[in-house]
Formats: sequence, C-alpha cells, structure tokens
Amino acid sequence: MTGRRLASGGLIDRKAPLRLRFDGRPYGGFAGDTIASALLANGVRIVGRSFKYHRPRGVWGAWVDDPNAMMTVRLNGREMPNVPAATTPLEDGMDVRAVNAWPSAKYDVKGGLDLFHRWLGAGFYYKTFIWPDWHLFEPAIRKMAGLGHVSDAVYDDYVSDQVNAACDVLVIGGGPAGLIAARTAAERGEAVTLVDDHPDVGGSALQEVAIAGADPAKWVTAQKAAFVAAGGQVLVGTTAYGVYDHQLVGLIQQFGFGAAPRRWRMRARRIVLATGALDRPVTCANNDVPGVMSLQGAADFVTRYGVLVGQRMAVVANNAAAERAVAVLDGAGGRIRRVDPAKGAVTVHGRRGVAGISQKGTRRYADTVLMSGGLTPLVHLWRHAGGKLDWCPDRQAYLPGKSPVDMVAVGAANGTFDLEQALEEGQTAGAGRSVTRGPTDYHLTPLWPKPGSAGRQWIDFQHDVTLKDVEMAARENYVSVEHLKRYTTLGMAADQGKTANMAGLAAMASVQGVSIPEVGTTTFRPPFVPIPIEAFHGQHAKTQWAPVKRLPLEDLHRAADAALCEYGGWLRPGWYGQGDQTALIAQEAVMARTHVGVFDGSSLGKIAVMGPDAKAFLNFVYYNTITTLKPGHLRYGFMLTEGGVVYDDGVVACLSPESYIVSCSSSHTDGVLRHLEAWRQDGNDPDRIFVHDTTQAWATVTVTGPKAREVVAALGVACDLDKAAFAHMTLRETTWQGDALRIARVSFTGDVSFEISVTASKAAALWEAVIAAARDHGGGAIGLEAVSILRAEKGYIMVGKDTDGETMPHDLGFWAPRQKKTTAFVGDRSLRSENANRTSRKMLVGLRVQDGAAALATGAHVVLPGGEVSLGYVTFSYDSPTLGHPIALALVDNGANRHGEGVEAWHMGSRQSVTICAPCFYDAEGEKLHA
Amino acid sequence: MSKYSMFRLLREGLTGNRGWGQAWRSPTPKAAYDAIVVGGGGHGLATAYYLAKNHGITNVAVIEKGWLGGGNTGRNTTVIRSNYFYPESAALYDFSVRLYEGLSQDLNYNVMFSQRGMLMLAHSEPEMEMAARQCNAMRLNGLDAELLDRDQVRRLAPVLNFRDDARYPVHGGVIQPRGGTGRHDAVAWGYARAADALGIDIIQNCEVLDFITEAGRCVGVTTSLGDIRGGVLGAAVAGHSSVLAQLGGYDLPITSYALQAFVSEPLKPVLDTVVLSPATGTYVSQSDKGGLVIGGGLDRVPSYGQNGNMPVQETVLGGLAEMMPALAKVKLLRHWGGIVDVTPDSSPIIGPSGVEGLYLNCGWGTGGFKAIPAGGYFLAHLMANGAHHEISRPFDLTRFETGMLVDESAASGIPH
Amino acid sequence: MQVFTCPFCGPRNETEFHFVAEAGKVRPDTTQPISDAEWATYLHTQRNEKGPVREVWMHTTCAELFVMQRDSVTMAVLGTQALRKDGS
Repeated sequence: MTGRRLASGGLIDRKAPLRLRFDGRPYGGFAGDTIASALLANGVRIVGRSFKYHRPRGVWGAWVDDPNAMMTVRLNGREMPNVPAATTPLEDGMDVRAVNAWPSAKYDVKGGLDLFHRWLGAGFYYKTFIWPDWHLFEPAIRKMAGLGHVSDAVYDDYVSDQVNAACDVLVIGGGPAGLIAARTAAERGEAVTLVDDHPDVGGSALQEVAIAGADPAKWVTAQKAAFVAAGGQVLVGTTAYGVYDHQLVGLIQQFGFGAAPRRWRMRARRIVLATGALDRPVTCANNDVPGVMSLQGAADFVTRYGVLVGQRMAVVANNAAAERAVAVLDGAGGRIRRVDPAKGAVTVHGRRGVAGISQKGTRRYADTVLMSGGLTPLVHLWRHAGGKLDWCPDRQAYLPGKSPVDMVAVGAANGTFDLEQALEEGQTAGAGRSVTRGPTDYHLTPLWPKPGSAGRQWIDFQHDVTLKDVEMAARENYVSVEHLKRYTTLGMAADQGKTANMAGLAAMASVQGVSIPEVGTTTFRPPFVPIPIEAFHGQHAKTQWAPVKRLPLEDLHRAADAALCEYGGWLRPGWYGQGDQTALIAQEAVMARTHVGVFDGSSLGKIAVMGPDAKAFLNFVYYNTITTLKPGHLRYGFMLTEGGVVYDDGVVACLSPESYIVSCSSSHTDGVLRHLEAWRQDGNDPDRIFVHDTTQAWATVTVTGPKAREVVAALGVACDLDKAAFAHMTLRETTWQGDALRIARVSFTGDVSFEISVTASKAAALWEAVIAAARDHGGGAIGLEAVSILRAEKGYIMVGKDTDGETMPHDLGFWAPRQKKTTAFVGDRSLRSENANRTSRKMLVGLRVQDGAAALATGAHVVLPGGEVSLGYVTFSYDSPTLGHPIALALVDNGANRHGEGVEAWHMGSRQSVTICAPCFYDAEGEKLHA
Repeated sequence: MSKYSMFRLLREGLTGNRGWGQAWRSPTPKAAYDAIVVGGGGHGLATAYYLAKNHGITNVAVIEKGWLGGGNTGRNTTVIRSNYFYPESAALYDFSVRLYEGLSQDLNYNVMFSQRGMLMLAHSEPEMEMAARQCNAMRLNGLDAELLDRDQVRRLAPVLNFRDDARYPVHGGVIQPRGGTGRHDAVAWGYARAADALGIDIIQNCEVLDFITEAGRCVGVTTSLGDIRGGVLGAAVAGHSSVLAQLGGYDLPITSYALQAFVSEPLKPVLDTVVLSPATGTYVSQSDKGGLVIGGGLDRVPSYGQNGNMPVQETVLGGLAEMMPALAKVKLLRHWGGIVDVTPDSSPIIGPSGVEGLYLNCGWGTGGFKAIPAGGYFLAHLMANGAHHEISRPFDLTRFETGMLVDESAASGIPH
Repeated sequence: MQVFTCPFCGPRNETEFHFVAEAGKVRPDTTQPISDAEWATYLHTQRNEKGPVREVWMHTTCAELFVMQRDSVTMAVLGTQALRKDGS
C-alpha cells in the first residue's frame, strides 16, 4: 500500500461510502471522490498503460493535466469510453477498466512491447512497412493502436441541452482571483457568470493557510455567498472549452456519469481568465514510473479528497510555489525528503512503482516521487481568442500578453502566483480596470531536459515520447515545433500536451542551442478538454435535424392512407393505399389519364412580385420575355444563374400590370426568393418593386385529366370554365364560399389541368369538395410518384432531376429568347459563350427501348453501340402504365440532333439498345392539353 | 539520402538511432535558381520533386513562409479518392491516386496510403438513382466503383445508423474500393526528403514579399531573406493564392474560406472505411492511431482566419451523431481550420497565370490533399515545358472565359 | 457564431445572413458587346482580400441587402450600412 485515506480533511463525505470495481477487483470510496482519488486511496498504483510501449502508468495529476488514468466505465447498463479518472466524480457501483490494457493494467499482455522500444522510436513507421505493401501491416497496427473500445450501444436519453446565454462578464475559474473578480463585478451591478469545472468553487484556495486573515474554506463560502447575493450566476462542473469569434465562449456542464453534458454558447461582453496554472514534470531518467506525480496534484489529493498519495515521498522541486504544496503534505503526515534537482541529475528507480530515487550516486528509498518543475499558466483560452503570449524568463513560462478582445487574465493564469497579488488582480479586473502584472516573489531555478542525458526520460507520458525522441527529431531536422509535435506525436495525447508541451519545447530549444521563445509554441486548439460529440448535437436530431416542411392537408392525406415521403424538403403523398407500391402508382396514373386525378400542389412556391417596375424586373430575372404577358395570362419560363444555367423553372402569372405571381419548384422557394431579392435591390429602385412570399398562405389543389373541367365545375365557382372562355395558360380570380380563389389552367401532366389555390385555412374544405367531385367522375387523389410519371410521359422536366448544373435553356429546346430577346436578362451573356455554343452539349431527349424490353435503369449512361464513352445519362425511366411500354428521359450529347439514332444504355456493365427520340411520349400534338 | 528500410531500422535501433541523417537540409538560399516553387506544402514539394525526377531540373528552390507542410497539407482529413463524374476530373484525380499507390516506394517514405474504400451513402431511392448515375460514370471513366445496397453497406460499416428513426436512413451507396486515407504529414515530409536528396533547396521561414518582373516576365521573388531569381516560377499556395495574385498583378476567381476538421480521442477499430453522408455533409474515417477524423462543409463566411466557428461545428459533429449515433459518446479531442481556395466550379486551376514565366497550381478548395502527386506532377510539367499535359489542360484559367467549367457538383452531387 | 449587425434589425447571429458578393461589382450592360474576358471578370474574379474587406450581405430574415466592412483575418466587423444609401 502506498496511497491511503486520511482520517480527516478533504471535501469528501466519509459518511457516504461508495463501491467501485477496477479491473475486476472491488474497492471503496466516498462521495466527493474522483475515480482517481478513490484508486489512490486504495493504494492502487498502476492505473493504465502507455499508448505505444504499454509501460505501466500511475496517476500523475489530480486535474485536467493527468494523461495516464483513462478508463472504460460501466454503470447502470451504460458504458463510456476514455473516461478521465482524475476529473470524473466517483459514483456508486462503477465498473472501471483501464483502456489499452488486457487483462488488466497491472498484468497487461502487451507490456513486453517495451523491450523493443529501441526500434519503435519517433516516426519508426515512416521508415518501414514500405515493402512489400503497407496494407499488409496496417490491420495489425490498427489493432494495437487506439485507447478505449467504444460500444455500439445508442443511449436514447443521451441528449445534450444546448443553451444560448449572454452576460456582461464571464469569469473562468473559481479560485481566489476568479472569485474576487466575479464578486467585484457583480457588486458593480454587472451580469456575471462564474464557471468552474470542479464540483464547487475554491480552486487553489484550499491549499492556503489563510486568505485575507480568514480560514480559506470560510473565505470561499463568504465570497460565493456575496457573489450570489449580488445576482451572480455560478456554474460548477462546467468547463470553458473554447473561445470563438466575437467573444463567444463554449461551456460544457457535466451532470454525472452517463448523462449528456449541457453545452452553453455564452456571449460575454468581457472575459476574465482565472484558469490557474499547472505544475510541470521534471524530465529525468525513469520519470514515468507509477508513483511519480505532480507535486501540486498530490497536494490537491490531500485538500480535496483526503488522500495522501504516498508514505515516503521524495519531492523534486525547483520553485518557490512548491513550498505551499509541501506544507500541505507535511500537515497531512507525509514523510518528505527534499531532493534539490539543481544539485545534479536525478534518477527514479523502480519498474512497476517507485522504489527509490538517486542523485550523484546516492540512492534513497521512496515510494513516491513528487515533481514540480515550475508553474505553467493555463493560457489555452487566451490563445483561442487570438491573445499574444510573452515569454517571461523570471518565471520560465509563457504569460498572457496583448489581447485583441476584451479579455483579461488574473492570478496564476496571468503568472501571478502570489496570493495577495492575485486577489488584487481579481479585484481590478472585476472592476473593469486594466491589470498590470506586478513584480513577483515567485522564483525558480530553470530546470529543463538536458540533451544527452542517460536513461529514458519521458516527456509525453501517454504517447511515450522521450527526450531521445526529441533529440532524434532534431537530428533528422524536424526542428520546427510543429514538425516536432507531428513527428514524435508529442503533445497529441488526450491531455493535448498539458504536461508534455513545455518540456518538449525546452528540450528542442536545448538541442538546438536556442532560447525557448525562439522555438515557439504549437497552436492551442479547442476544446480545452475532450468533450463528447453529442454536445454539438442535442435536440437538433432525428426529425428535428433539417425538419421537413408540412402541408396544410397532411392530416387528410394521412387519413386517406397516403405514403408520405420527403420530396425537396417537403413531406408529400407519394401514393395512396396499402399494398404493392408499383401497382398503386400505376393505378393512380391510369386513373388520371382516363378520368381525373387530384394532387396537392401546395408546396409549389408562390411568390408575389408587385409594383410599378415589377414587369421590367421579371423580364430581367426571367429567360423568357415577360413584358408581353397580359393580365389573366400565364407563362412558363426559366430563371437562370448569371452563368446561364437553369436555376429554376416555373410559371409566372400576371394578375395586373403591376402584380405577378411567380411559382417555383417546391424545393427552390427560399433560393428563388433570395435570388429575386438580391436582384431587386441591386440596380433597381427597391421602392418600385416588392417581393413577397405567399407560399404558406395559399394551398393549391390540382385537378388533372379528361374529367378535370367537370370536377371543377362541380365546385360551383363563379367562373366560366368553357374551353373557349378559359384557355390553356390563363388564370381566373374568383371566389369560393366567400373566400378568394385563384384558378390557373396550367398543366404538369399533359392533360387538361386546373390549379386551384385558396387561403390555407380553407384548404381542407376545398380538398374534400374536389375529392368528392372527382370520385363522382371515376377519379381520386394521386400522389407525387404518379404525377412524376405523367409529367415524364409528356416530357415536362423536373429541374435538378432532368437537368444538371450545366443545363442551359436551349438544351431543353427553349432556344427562342436566347436568339431573340433584346433586353438584358440574368445569364444572357453566358448563353453566348463558347461553352453555350458547343454542339456537344447535353440536351434533353427521350429514349425508346426495343419492343418488349424492360425499362432502363435510371442512372444508366448512354454510350455508342459497343462504346465506353459516356454521352449522357438517363434521368428518368419508368414502365409507363398509360402507354404500356417503358419510357425514359435522358441528357445526351447533341441529343436534339440525334433523334432516331440507335445507341446503348449502359448500366453496371450491361448494355441495352435504345433509340433516341423526342422527349415527349404523350399527346405530342397537344390536343388533350388544350381540350 | 540514407535509405529507410526494416533492416536499417533494426541496425539503427541497436546503435542508439544515431545514424539517421537529416531528412532534408536547411540551406541558405542562393541568388538564383533554374526554377522557383512558391509554397512548401504538398503541392509545392511534389512540384519540386517531379521537376527533378521527371525533367532533370534540380537547381530548384522551394520557398515556404512557415514550416513545410504547415498549410492545408497538415490540416486536412487525409482522404484520397478519385470518385469523379466527369472524365476530366476522373483523369486528373485518378492520376493522383495511381501515383499515391506507388508513392511510399517511390519516395522511400511510408505515407501510409490505406486503400480502405471511400463510401458515399445514399439515403433515399432518388439518391440511389443518383448513386447509379455516379457509379456508372466512374466505371466508364475507368475507375473502380460498386453500387452497394443497404445490407452490403451494413456489413461494411455496421456502426452506421440503421435504426428506424434515422433522419437519413441508409438505402445503399457507392464505394470506390481504391479510395482511402494517407498520412498527410508523411506526404509532405516524404516529398521534401526525396526532393532534397535530388538537390533541391527547401527554404523554410522565408516569405515572398513581391514578384520581380522584367519586361512583363516574372524573373524572381523578393523574399524576407532577399531577392531570389528563377528561370521559371510556380506558385502553389492554396488559400493564399489571391494574396500572391495581388503581388503578381493577375486576377483569380478564388474565394478563401475556412474549412474545419475534427479529431476524436483514439479508439479501438470501429470503422474500416471512409464514409460520407451527402445529406449531412459529414464524412469520417478512423486514423491508424484510432482517432475519428471528421470533416464537412465550408464555413459560411469568407475567411483567412484559421479558426473554427460554431455553426459548422454543430452541423458536422451533429451530422456525425445522426450518421453514427453510437459514436455520439466519443469525445472530440481537437478541432482546427485551414484556409481553402474555392473556385466557381470547385475544380483546380493549373496553368499559366497570365504573367509570363509564372505558373499556377491552386483552387483545389477542399480537395487538395488527394491531388498532391498530380498537382505537383502537372505543375512541374508546365514549368519544364511551358505547355500543358493533356490531363491538366481542361483546368486552365481560360476556362472561366470560355465557360467550359468542370463542375462536379453540377452532375454528381458530391460535395468537395 | 459571429454577430453581424443588420442596418435594419440590429445585431444578429451569422446564420441569419447570406453572403451575396464582394461590394462594388457592377453588371456590364449586356445589351452591348462584352468580351469573354470582361464577362469572366464580372462573373468570377474575386479580390478576396486578406484583411479589411467590403462585401454585400443579405439578412435573410428581413431580406435586406447591406454593405459590411469586416476583417477577413480577425473576423472583426468594422461597420454595416444599408445598400440603398451606399450608392454602390
């Protein structure tokens, strides 16, 4: 036994015992323990294995700096990978296993790998596994690598809250400086949030003898009470993990094992950084043996958890701040031997645990070695925000320099390690005044890795990077600090270099004979500590991820047994009824062709464009000429991009010379709206044109088929439906049951069709009336799948399906405006480019299969007979129930000029002979359309 | 160059690894070179290597503002693939994949090209039709591609979301088996070491401040280490291409954006292929070290700031949680951003800059890493011959005047 | 999440905005002959400056276009003005 629980002290509740298992063995702990403190209290030394050599690893630190104790934890049927033992509160019944070790951390079968370390140094894998082939070696290497195993279980209640919040002042860190800053700011009347990642505030206060003459615990309680009384918000168990643009700070709040953390997006007017400092390891021979620990960490284990980590402790420290920690350990009854590292190289003895320490040939017994190589301020968040760092030779540390944002560092985070000064800085920052760092009593003897030293000296404990690796990287000229990091993997472990980076930089400086600031630092990247991916997800999940748009008639469709499918972001009926999908769709298509079909067209965009300049504006944004469009008339047309590509197709309705309705594809409404607005405000007088989206306000019921006129007539609308009075491509505004009604005679099927639009609140009444009338005429509701067949039979395109991002209007047979329109329009000049004039453009065609042949695969390509060069591809294919044979639409090179040519459809290596034809298989003369 | 091999590794291990020489030198720049490559990322280093190897031009300087491989080469998500729709793109990117296939041996440096397959999911029947269109195009382009159904995808990547409540259910997908991942730093280092061995000077920490132009011809650069003259110049500076263009006085159709990437803590093997979900835009692979390497779409705001921004993080990581809900409990270790140079058609620009004597390799946008060998190969070809290789010709800057864009997103729906 | 200030609605999250174009681009009169190069410059050429930039953005929730000056490196927003008063 090495570590033990003290009879008193710490923040644990000795009346609340908890049980845990570690690598299969039962242990006990108390409420308030972390997994690491409980294991240490039980004398457990080996808590894990290193990444590469599988060397035994003990707990190094008591906080976010511990790189060694990583666990797979199970509790209440829930398993989490890579749980950091030093920061995870212990819960009753936890089943804890070390990662990367089998069967246990203590007796890991891969421990023998360490014997081969001389061949597994930095970057060894770049130099071998080349012959015969990397793929031969990779699977085995993958299995060796990795830390924890992640289970395939999905926990449905593992959902992170996402909170947007704002404050005047965000204080990060609830130690003495942070507390006083928070209180001061709150008492000035500012909205202050104080975050601390421990279960309660206090920070390093617990290690002090007295603060402002008071007992530290009482002082902390008093500060917190005053802060809360002044309206301050305290978030404990909460880590500020990153600072983003415009002073947005990401916070992550933990709620215990297995519960998803809450993520806060905290916008702070100003930020006070009181994140403290970490103790650095001393780089010496064999310094990775379990039982070598952070001195500050050991003191933390006493004051927070009532755990004395060793019985005979050697302290290797080079700095003034060590005295406070030594006093804590001394007070807890530890036997301490001081080893002054300035007096000569130190070697740690032991293999599976510390067995002694020697200096200048004298070996002394110790079961624990506590190291303090100097304090490193935690400046990660400072760097995230773009703050500069200044190297301080007195402190041998990087300190916050200039900040581009309203952020100030106080206390140990600012390199101010003296309590009185830290409190003063906190108060100054809390009051919103600028902080000037004063002279310090802190002093240290620089103690950095010495190149050429004997023995294996660890720099990165988890990733097994030793001083020799750094020397080798330097020898091979991987001297840039980023090359060093990437080549050796130094600082890339789960702790992201919190223990390793400074020693690594110093070692490289020393090898090269330059100063530490000349080496520079690697970039500090968020998150400050690893956080679950779920934290970025939350309720923005499943149906709430890109929610589908809903039709006003959805309930009626459901009642009619519609198969609701997603089309262009809308949930729309695909077909109706139960049973064979293909047969149902065919029945609907045939019904619409022989009698009448009714479909819900409400998702089509309906954008009102109004004003004195509306006509000229539409004439500019449309490929087609709009100036000649008269009230009561409709025109089909394209909107192009400036690149001349078809962006959307649709029908423009002219209500009056100053009022138009632009209909657009269901999925394109938002885009078309943006497109119209952008042009409206660019080069036009926006006071003379108004664009207004009315899509959600109107529901549209479309009636199509030979009996369509009878069905509409049955509604009893005040409107002459006669063929002569109401021609194709015209529009009537009328009323129905007291509400405005628009009827457009426009067809997407090739048969006589009426699009009836009514205010959305009357949609159900209209639908029911239309369906009832349709039933009387042998028809009924049809879904989008049938509509899609009908329109393809007629050769009507769907933009995005039968066109691609290169299709220009003349590729679709709409060539007239390109040749004749004299006024400017969007995309016009691009239609005159070399590209637009190519004969090899992909043009819309139909494809006929040979008699009796099956329908083509949509997505098949068109090739010359026996050829292997793609001429284009099939955009739609179906065995037409109306026509009794398969039809297909395709985009084919120069297709418009190849009607009648025999080619092949190529699909996954198989070929089928087809003939190119016009893209219209139904009523080519338009008799039914105009009927 | 001292050769790397298993035998050498064993021998060095026994002698304290003291015999490894410098992977590359840190030379002082000469006053003049036959050729200068601006940009010491993967593309620039590969250009220098192929100038020496293919064209015998060894008096070459690579000038790098920071540390070699420190731009997008060292920041990307390491995916290598050529699953392209248009023959022009397929030819370019597959040329690159083929070079990658022999690169470790060619450079005598293990770049760990792992051909574990690049799987693009299809989430609906219409998407399956698009997948078929894509798969057929790839096969006709001479690429390997297979159309997979739901069960086949499930066998390949059981960690995907096959639950009934999936927002984007898996209907199937297209896989390019030869696609995969590589070790990005190793590509830069391998090219640097091999180029250096052929006599090329790689000059790090040397910033180009201006171009030296005489009689309309670019004849060198003014750098932070002084003037360096070159017979012919090539620029491969990715996200900073527009900055260089301003110095050189030529125009580019490029907008720079931040592209973010993410890596999780190391895990035991859980995903054996690269997977892209077009619906969420998220893609993910697992590195040999065990971390999930995650990427997605561009940030929304044009930017030169190499930082991440929250909205995209939520889309990409939330997308991963939708795609593989079992991995929502895995912890994110680090995220970062790189500046990518996006062209109107998301295809690269390879060719003359408009200033005589200066050639460009830029505009790779989000897909530059997989193209490093080809980008270097063709820029070297241009610099050596003053004329295009047939494969690079469609990517000339003049395509923006003729309108002959190579816009993959137009046809295939593949996000770059 | 950046915060942009719509001249009409005040400060809002960046997700409400849509990047339209670099400021100062004028559409050539396409009823007159325009060279391929001229059209390509209008269509594709970007200044893409590193540092202070002037851009046209749309606040999609109110649909108004405005000009924003910002720094493309630090992401600091330097100012916003309604497009219609800007005259560009």
